[in-house]
Amino acid sequence: MKAHLSRRYLFSASHRLHNDAMSAEENRATYGKCNNPHGHGHNYVLEVTVSGPVDERTGMVCNLVDLDQFVEREVLERFDHQNLNTLPGFAGTVPTTENLCEQIYDILQRGFGYAHLEKVRLEETLMNSFEYAGGVELRK
Amino acid sequence: MVYLTRKAEFSASHYYHNPEFTPDENKRIFGKCNNPNGHGHNYALEVTVKGEVDQRSGFVVDLKQLKEIMNREVLDALDHRFLNKEVPEFSRQIPTTENIAIAIWHRLEPKLRTAKLHRVRVYETPDLFVDFYGEA
Repeated sequence: MKAHLSRRYLFSASHRLHNDAMSAEENRATYGKCNNPHGHGHNYVLEVTVSGPVDERTGMVCNLVDLDQFVEREVLERFDHQNLNTLPGFAGTVPTTENLCEQIYDILQRGFGYAHLEKVRLEETLMNSFEYAGGVELRK
Repeated sequence: MVYLTRKAEFSASHYYHNPEFTPDENKRIFGKCNNPNGHGHNYALEVTVKGEVDQRSGFVVDLKQLKEIMNREVLDALDHRFLNKEVPEFSRQIPTTENIAIAIWHRLEPKLRTAKLHRVRVYETPDLFVDFYGEA
């Protein structure tokens, strides 16, 4: 029987929203306060949802230890307490939470083999959250 | 179609153990959760039903009835219990969050008359939850 398992993680990072292809004025108009050259930070909440048949022997979709270790090693260590603009993944990409959400999805999609990745949800603040399911519609 | 979600809480203890595994395997796979004396959680339950809004009542479902069904079928059986020892489903199955969500689905689904069960969500902690949408 298929179930969905979701796990939440916390990390903190800074970023500045700025696109070199835009004029200074256009950057300010597009990104507002987020264009501040010194950057600013957020406590991001990452919610990873995986799915799969519940293993009859373990009662689990996947072992939480495997998921936690993978996210810790491949996601949190990469992004926690970093300035996102300085990371290779954002060399030519504005580190919006949309783009960060897609990058985290891709990391999990490529590397986590113990269950099917359903979606990644990323809260930038209590008021803003973003979800990405590999380009497909979300389940109701 | 309108979706309606009702929340509830229950507190219970459990442990993870498969008698077909060796003690070493049980420890390796289930870690701290293998402690035979059990440990507990404050579980949060979200039950989502769906249906068309009834013209006369304006309801998808009578919330009083849904609450009564949830109390009778789920909370009376699970709240302040040792799941492995006191809930029949878990004499055969390990009471993981996955299996708890599935068991709750099977307890509720046949009892709902007007609205259809859409999703059962069980939080073991605020950072870990399972969704079950039925067998389809």
